This record gives sequence, structure tokens and C-alpha cells, in this order.
Amino acid sequence: MTSPNLDAAGRYPAGSAAFPHRSLTGLAGLAPWEILFLLDEAEQWVELNRQPHKRNDRLAGLTIINAFFENSTRTLLSFEIAGKRLGADVVNMHAAQSSVKKGETLIDTAMTLNAMHADAIVIRHQSSGAVQLIADKVDCPVLNAGDGQHEHPTQGLLDALTIRHAKGAEFAGMRVTICGDILHSRVARSNIHCLTTLGAEVRVCAPPALMPADIEALKVHPFHDFDAALVGSDVVMMLRLQQERMSGQFIPSPREYRHLYGLTLDRLAKAKGDALVMHPGPMNRGVEIDSNVADLAQNASGARSAITTQVEMGVAIRMACLDVLTRRTRGLEGWA
Amino acid sequence: MSAPRPLTITGGQMVLPGKPPVPGSLRCEGGLIRAVGGAIAGPDDLVIDAKGALIVPGLVDLGVFAIDKPAFHFGGITRAALMPDQGVVLDKPSSVRFAAQSGKPDLWVHPLAAATRDLAGSEIAELALMRDAGAKAVATGRRWIGDSGTMHRLLSYAAMLGLVVITHAEDAGLTGGAVATAGEMATRLGLPSAPAEAEALAIARDLALAELTGARIHFRQVTTTKGLALVRAAKARGIKVTAGVTPAHFMLSDTAIGDFRTFTRLSPPLRSEADRQAVLAGLSDGTIDVISSGHDPRGPEDKRLPFADAEPGMAGAETLLPLTLGLVRDGVIDLPRAFELLAANPAALLGVKAGRIEEGLEADVALIDPAKPWVVDSDMMAATAGNTPFDKQGVEGRVLALFKGGMLIAD
Repeated sequence: MTSPNLDAAGRYPAGSAAFPHRSLTGLAGLAPWEILFLLDEAEQWVELNRQPHKRNDRLAGLTIINAFFENSTRTLLSFEIAGKRLGADVVNMHAAQSSVKKGETLIDTAMTLNAMHADAIVIRHQSSGAVQLIADKVDCPVLNAGDGQHEHPTQGLLDALTIRHAKGAEFAGMRVTICGDILHSRVARSNIHCLTTLGAEVRVCAPPALMPADIEALKVHPFHDFDAALVGSDVVMMLRLQQERMSGQFIPSPREYRHLYGLTLDRLAKAKGDALVMHPGPMNRGVEIDSNVADLAQNASGARSAITTQVEMGVAIRMACLDVLTRRTRGLEGWA
Repeated sequence: MSAPRPLTITGGQMVLPGKPPVPGSLRCEGGLIRAVGGAIAGPDDLVIDAKGALIVPGLVDLGVFAIDKPAFHFGGITRAALMPDQGVVLDKPSSVRFAAQSGKPDLWVHPLAAATRDLAGSEIAELALMRDAGAKAVATGRRWIGDSGTMHRLLSYAAMLGLVVITHAEDAGLTGGAVATAGEMATRLGLPSAPAEAEALAIARDLALAELTGARIHFRQVTTTKGLALVRAAKARGIKVTAGVTPAHFMLSDTAIGDFRTFTRLSPPLRSEADRQAVLAGLSDGTIDVISSGHDPRGPEDKRLPFADAEPGMAGAETLLPLTLGLVRDGVIDLPRAFELLAANPAALLGVKAGRIEEGLEADVALIDPAKPWVVDSDMMAATAGNTPFDKQGVEGRVLALFKGGMLIAD
């Protein structure tokens, strides 16, 4: 895709102008070339990660703290590997739900991490906006690893990178259908911002109780009928049913949910023949996605699952984000 | 305390009900307004030259959550009706009696009796005993009473006792844990939200019950197009209903929550721009009767949190007057109507002899400069906490002097 801010040779603005943000708290409001810059930066790490020797010490001497206020296995592991492959000292902090008053703990914890001279802090928190709150209080770059139902920017970026690897660089004209619990999903929001900014057509599909109000304002097309939404889709992105976030009954039962919104092989056939199947994980197999779809290597028409590729791209994207956000600290020419 | 010297205020512009400001003077003695117009000072009088300032009634703030005297005095508030949601809930005559004495002599606190024990919404509290201990009205607190049977019995009982019931209008079943109004902003921010219709649902039920029982009902905050339409129609049918609002809902829409700023976390939450316009229309056409501050100072332990974890509420006492005067400047209401909304109507609702510049009423008087500019600054407020959603906003209108019962209390 072309952008007026890329010059004729396709280069980005020089130095820090390519990504002029201190922290990455969300994808909303980012310019297309800023997103593309991060995707392009990640490509070298995709390559490196496929080598036997997966190490580049450009962050040697820096301390990165992964402060996870909400349980996570996959994202935490991905960030930890990303930091370590770049040579940083990575420390993980599991701030389990404590009985002390949550809020003061949050700010106090942030100030404590700040006093320890972290060079970057990666935060996951169960409340929307919590990461922004911390980013405003600390002196180092902050990376949002998921805040409540707000954003999960590295997930949006890794999904875009996965799509680009499978479908090519042209997002304009591509149809992506995101199906599931849109209401409670920060993954959906980050993907919506990312993909619409890059020019893709995004459809969102959910039962009414799981569809956020005025979602059209985010430049997406809402559907309640999954079969209709699938028609012509290049990418089908399934979301996990987040029952832990639901207060009250949003769906009658998991099997009823599967009946209407589960991605089966039959349903997948309604999308484009070579549709790409994605899921941010962890999956509820047999609920939102059938195992034979989740594990689909490649069928006769070219449809396949990219779920493990997403995990692979995740490490590369997180390496790119850690690298880019610490360039100022490291005094790189043009970034200091 | 000895009786204060008689007071004569000269050279001001008096704001009297229903007419443009008129030049004149005012004499107070024995705590009451004794002469309005061409008053002549007695030999022992304290004489104050208003130097052209507006002479207005002290504000009567209906429904505050804290007794915060410096903030009230800064804002020209001489009487505050205290919500029952206190550390010790105002659900017993003893706590009501204590609260009623807590501001004297320079601030009168009118306790609002908790409608139900511990504000739990199930058992009706000792309303008659609390009335006789000084409660001026009944309030359901921060919450709506969900059980229609309880609300029915409450309204009929309060009607018999001659007490107005002040209620919070949000259907709790629909709002659940919502902290924002459903719409684009809540969707973008990923905040738990509920449809604005939660307000109209609550109002519709409570109006039906008020009509059935003949009770007087006051909705402390009506903030939506549909809620206001219900109140407007009910008034036309002769139901004894009044409605209030705070400046937050005529000044701000939910775009103000955009950066997760917890000072804009309010209850009810900020609404759409269309609803804000409906509030302005309701102020203009008389559907809304009261503007109050909703004063609820909250420190960092309640506000320096992620948006959904923060407590709702704003420190509103200091900005109540200038933001209401902004409505006058914008032509939404005229000056006498501003002081009906800020003083006369809430005083009438509480049944206290104050709220107007009128002979025989309590001498609660403020001198104000309606054009004096100043900047609201969260870090420099008189309130016990600076949680204002209007931080760094320029406003006009400042209290120059304040008198409670004819005594000078702020300068």
C-alpha cells in the first residue's frame, strides 16, 4: 500500500519520525505508515527466529519488566522470549489479584518499577485504560500487552503481519471477518483499528448481546448472521468466548453458540476458497472453532489455518516493538 | 453567640424573582431580610457597599455528598442538602440530628433521610422520626430502588408525611456494572456501558407510582432526551414531579471520557451530545427545576485508578455558580431563572424559608461579580479534593461576599 508519507523510494520518514510515539498503548489513531513501519521492522525478526542461532544483542544491558496484573501464559511467554532474543534482561512480575485495594497498588507498583530504572515496561491489566494511566506516570516506554476490553496492540500487529505473509502486502480490497465476543474483546478493537487503517474491509459478527453499541463508528460492517458475514471473506478471525468477562447471561449455552457462530468446515466453505483461518488463542475447541478447522493444514481450495503462524509472528512483532521503543534510550542516530 | 449587627447592603443590582436586576439596597436584621429596595441603614448597621455587584440569594445546593464548607462558601452556597450516603448512613434520627447541626452557624446542612435502611432498597427507614429530627426530604441515595413494591410503599408513606422523595433515575438491572453510556465512546474505550434508556425506564416507573400515590417526587438528575420527555409530559398531566441536573450534564458529553480521565467518571455517566442538547432545552423550557453541584470530593485513592475502578463523582461546589451563569451568557436562561434553579426552587422543594431576596426570608445573601474571569484549577481548589471535570477551563462569575443569616462569612 502506498502512503503520501512514504517517499518515492518507499522509505519512511527519517529516524524517530517513522514512529514518533514514546509508548505503544493502542493502535487507534496510528497512521498507516506507522503500522507498516512496525510490520516491516518485524520481518528481520521473523527471519532471525527461524535460524538455529536466534540472538541479536541490541538490547543488551537494558532491563525490561513484564508486569502482568492479569493471568497470561502465551502473551507473557512471547514478550519474554522477544526480550531475551534481543539480549535484554527480562524480569517478569505476576501481580496476582491481591486483596489490597487494587488502584493504589497499581500506581504504587508503577512508581516502584519506575524507580528501578526499567528501560521498558510491558503491562497487562484487567481494566481498560490502566496501561495509559501507568504510561502517564513512568519515565520509560510502556507497551500495552492488553488492557481490559480496550486494546491489545501487539496482537493487532501480529495478526496484520500474519495476513501479510499469507495474502501479500495489499490490504485494500481484502475482506476480513471477525466473529465472536466483540463486546468484551480488546483483540477485536486492536484488529479493527489496524486493519481499517491499512485499508481492509472489516466485518464483525456477533449475537446482539456481544456486539458493542455504535460499532459502525469504527468503520466496520456489523453482522449477526455468520453465514452471511462469511461470504467473500479472505480472512476469518475467530474470537474466544470470554465467559470470565461476562456478568449475566449473554448466550444461552456453548452448544447453542456453536450452532450459530461456530466455525465448522461447512461454514468455512462459504468464505473464499483460499480463506485464512485465525484465532488469537487460547481456543475453546468445539465451541467457537472446530478442531478440524483450527488444525487445517491446507485443503483442496487453499483454505488453511494460520493459528500457529500467529504465535510465530507474535514474537517477531514484540521484538520489533521493543527495539523501536527503546531506540531513544539507546541513543540511536535520528532517535535520540 | 451574640446576635449579629444589622446589615445593610447598598449600591448593588438586586436579582429578584421574575424580573431584570434592579439597583437597590437591602437591610437584614435578626437573621432575616427586613427591607428590599430603598432600605435605609440603621445607626448600628454594618453597611456594605456592593459597588455595583449583583445581590443574589445564597445558593441552596440540593444533594451533596460531603459537607465541605470552604468549597461551599467559595461557590456562594449557604445551604446544602446532604445525601444520606455517608460513612454513617443517614437512616436514623440520631445521625440526621447530628448532620443537621454540623454546619452551623455559617452553613446550614439539610439532611436528606435515607429512604431505606442502610440504603439497601428493601426496608423503609424511620422517615417520620427522621423528619422530626430535621430531615427535609427523603432520598434513595446513589441508587435506584429496584423493587417496585418497596418504591410504591415508600412513595405513599412519604406522601402522607409531606416529604418529597428524591430519587436516582437509573434502572439498575439494565446498568449493571456500567461506567459509561453505550455508544461510540464506550465502544472505542472498551468500557462497560449501558443504554441511556436505563434512565427513562426508571423515570417511567417512578412517575407511574408517584401518580398512583400522589407523592411528590424529585429526580435528582435527569440527563437524557427520553427521560426529560417523560418528565415534561408528566408535568403537563399535573403529576407532582420536579427534575434536577448538575453542570456536568449540560457542559459535557461523553467525548470527555476519551482519555480515561476519571474526573469525568460520574453517576449517571456522561451522555451523548444529543442528550446534552436535550438538557439545555429542558433548562430553557422549564422542564428542569434545579441545578445542583452533586458535590462529591474524591481523593487520589478513589480517582487515580483505571476508569472503571474509580469511584464516580465530582467536586462541583465551586463551579456551580459560574457554569450556571454561563447558561445566562449563552442565552439558554435569563438571570432571574438562574437563581430560581440555584436557590428558590431547591429551597421550596426542601420547604425552607430561603432562596429568594424577599422580606421575611432568611438573610442568606451573596454579592457576585457575574463577569469576573477565573480559571478552574484542580490543584488549587477550596474543596477537600480537586476532582473537577472542568480543570483548566476558563469561567466567569465569582462570589465577592457571602452572608448567612445576615452574617458576613466569606470575603
